[in-house]
Amino acid sequence: MIKERQIIYKKELATNIYEMLIEAPKVARAAHAGQFVLIMVDEKGERVPMTLVDWNPEVGWIKIVYQEVGTSTIKLSMKKVGDEIYYIAGPLGHPSRVSKFGNVLMVGGGVGIPALYPIARELKRLGNRVITVIGAKTSNALIYEKEMSEVSDEVYITTDNGSKGIKGFTVDAVKLLLNNGEKFDAVWAVGPALMMKAVAEVTNGKIPVSYSSLNSIMVCGVGMCGACRVTVGNKTLLTCVDGPEFDSYQVNWKELTIRLQAYKKEEMISLEMLKGAGKV
Amino acid sequence: MSKIGHRLEPKTRPPEIRKKDFEEVELTISPEEAIKEASRDIKFCAAPCSFRGCPVNVNIPGFLKKVSEGDFKEAYKILIQNTPVPSITGRVCQQEIQCEGQCVLRRVGEPIAIGAVERFVGDWALENNIEIPVTSEKKHKKVAVVGSGPSGIVAAADLARMGYDVTMYEAFHIPGGVLAYGIPEFRLPKRILRKEFERLQNLGVNIELGVVVGTTYTIPELLKDYNAVFLGVGAGRPIFLNVPGENLAGIYTANEFLTRVNLMKAYMFPEYDTPIHVGKKVAVIGAGNTAMDAARSALRLGADVYVIYRRGRNEVSARAVEFKHAEEEGVKFIFWAAPVEFESNDGINVSSIKLMKMKPGEPDRSGRPRPVPTGETFNFDTDMVITAIGFYPNPLIPQMTPDLKVDDHGRVVVDIEGRTSIPRVYAGGDIVTGESTVIEAMGWGRRVARTIDKDLQKI
Ligand SMILES: Cc1cc2nc3c(=O)[nH]c(=O)nc-3n(C[C@H](O)[C@H](O)[C@H](O)COP(=O)(O)OP(=O)(O)OC[C@H]3O[C@@H](n4cnc5c(N)ncnc54)[C@H](O)[C@@H]3O)c2cc1C
Ligand SMILES: Cc1cc2nc3c(=O)[nH]c(=O)nc-3n(C[C@H](O)[C@H](O)[C@H](O)COP(=O)(O)OP(=O)(O)OC[C@H]3O[C@@H](n4cnc5c(N)ncnc54)[C@H](O)[C@@H]3O)c2cc1C
Repeated sequence: MIKERQIIYKKELATNIYEMLIEAPKVARAAHAGQFVLIMVDEKGERVPMTLVDWNPEVGWIKIVYQEVGTSTIKLSMKKVGDEIYYIAGPLGHPSRVSKFGNVLMVGGGVGIPALYPIARELKRLGNRVITVIGAKTSNALIYEKEMSEVSDEVYITTDNGSKGIKGFTVDAVKLLLNNGEKFDAVWAVGPALMMKAVAEVTNGKIPVSYSSLNSIMVCGVGMCGACRVTVGNKTLLTCVDGPEFDSYQVNWKELTIRLQAYKKEEMISLEMLKGAGKV
Repeated sequence: MSKIGHRLEPKTRPPEIRKKDFEEVELTISPEEAIKEASRDIKFCAAPCSFRGCPVNVNIPGFLKKVSEGDFKEAYKILIQNTPVPSITGRVCQQEIQCEGQCVLRRVGEPIAIGAVERFVGDWALENNIEIPVTSEKKHKKVAVVGSGPSGIVAAADLARMGYDVTMYEAFHIPGGVLAYGIPEFRLPKRILRKEFERLQNLGVNIELGVVVGTTYTIPELLKDYNAVFLGVGAGRPIFLNVPGENLAGIYTANEFLTRVNLMKAYMFPEYDTPIHVGKKVAVIGAGNTAMDAARSALRLGADVYVIYRRGRNEVSARAVEFKHAEEEGVKFIFWAAPVEFESNDGINVSSIKLMKMKPGEPDRSGRPRPVPTGETFNFDTDMVITAIGFYPNPLIPQMTPDLKVDDHGRVVVDIEGRTSIPRVYAGGDIVTGESTVIEAMGWGRRVARTIDKDLQKI
């Protein structure tokens, strides 16, 4: 018998990037593309948000893909198949506002690619023509190429060093597509804040509908702490309950990147402590 | 004055010591002290107590009489008819404007320390594991209680005692609502909450954590599985000042700061993983209970703390004793000043606040002088700001439940017995009243439990 919150499967997709299947029937039965869960690895852990990459309402599992960047994600990696996660809450946030647009551009970077996957799948299912641009630093770090191909009409790849596809950033491929006269009715971008900002800048005025899934630092995830606040169209909104997707053209990107750095020093201390304890 | 004896002032730990830790500030009075203080009432008060000061009408003379006789168990029985958790209400109620504010002895001398005696009785009952047995039979009907704050605790306990099968859903990993994430350990030790939840479980209440009603389960889904649903989801959405610079790094809402400290135990970072950044010179905006809790927590984490309030000393809305304790501990207050802009030297972190000098104007609806800008500003250097200017009702369930009627403040609309616009869905506490008090929320929990019982008898 698999217990609730037990890890069913775990796989390293690329260096420091893992795919994990967790038993979470309550979340799986209610999940929609674009939503996320909050996870606490153990009793002393942080509450970290993770996008729902896939789920099975009948069987009751959810899938997440994450990159080890600090204490919580490294602690998550230390869990083995069969281990239990202390806490999972969700699904959280508004589902992606998918519908039949026509031509849709999907832009994903790094661990943003798996997060983009269920949205692309849903858009495809609704009959859109899905054009995808995905990118990573190197070809080794590129993940979810196969999955994205299955739900896209065309896939373009970029790598920073040119080891695969176009040499450059995802936004460079987006520029090429737009310069070639491709017309899109909507665009989704999921990835690092700088990537989403860059995509917003080049698509603004060219693609009418544009969403980015913001990765603000979160604590509560249910709209009461305000940690994940962002300015969108001069209004203060909360990524957890008002997002996580917002109109890319309205987001105050500068502020988002400032707020992402608020805990740099403490994150280092926490990581040093984890290392000092000989756990990694 | 001396004729009616001096009011008992509960002992506190010395400010220099307590401001360095998170242990409780005020100590529970001794049985002897409780008897002596309660006897003051019996000896000197001829006028019958009106109970009018108490939102849940605790039988104050009744329980004081039993305490004066040393019969704490009877006193406890009387108390819990109206306040199910006297250990908590004795600690957090605003006694000076409620029971003690109405105490007849106040007019001729000093009011009875009702809160301290109440707390004593509650703690005595907890320590001695006093359980008042339940006699009702199983009703074989199911009720879902959403939210585990004061309103949910009382609704769940009462319904379980009446014989209903109760499941409580809470979004967080620790139950208790504001009592868990907001009010700090030094004011309300978590062991009391834990005991309370053990008692709930002993009553048969099933507590499910990590369930966000509205998304994990929708209200219509709950209505399929339960005969009734109670919403006690509180007023947790922080209000922002909406002045330039408010989203700079180093500016926190009190809820974020307190959640990190209380719920995530950031004061034990890095043993616990959640970090907290504490500035050297912290400015707390506002002067309610939330502001005091944030200020005193920051103080305990080593900061120099200033509370900045747009009104004056007499208008401070926190419990009087918390304000007193804060001053004793060295929190400084700047009155008649309101932020108009937050500024930054490096473009990332807050470094100063531009404050508008205010002055008292015409009384507003609350009867307090309205703060009026003078036009004169000054700058206050700081490296961390905590805003504590209030909360909106939690919007999550209303957002996900279009049929649920809310007013223009986002409060769930109910009739006087707690029925919402959706049949079999009830609500109470801060989600209905807006930001209020623990005892009001508990009163709602009790009232709505009775309504649910009444309605479910009919089907
Ligand atoms: C709605 C949402 C969905 C997310 N989905 C995913 C996902 O599917 N997969 C995944 O790998 N990550 C995802 N993230 C980011 C993830 O939550 C963070 O990487 C994680 O909290 C880092 O925790 P840590 O303790 O390991 O690292 P920390 O020590 O906390 O941080 C290490 C580094 O990561 C940066 N960081 C911290 N928090 C965040 C954050 N929320 N977003 C971006 N960078 C951050 C810090 O600035 C720092 O440089 C998501 C974030 C949000 C808000
Ligand atoms: C810092 C602070 C200090 C205070 N000090 C005092 C004091 O000294 N004295 C006093 O009388 N009052 C005080 N108050 C006010 C008092 O705490 C509140 O009025 C009271 O807690 C309201 O109770 P409630 O049951 O309505 O909601 P809450 O205590 O807010 O509890 C609501 C619960 O519902 C949960 N929830 C919300 N949405 C969902 C959902 N969709 N699904 C599942 N669960 C959900 C929340 O996580 C929370 O646990 C203080 C408030 C704060 C913030």
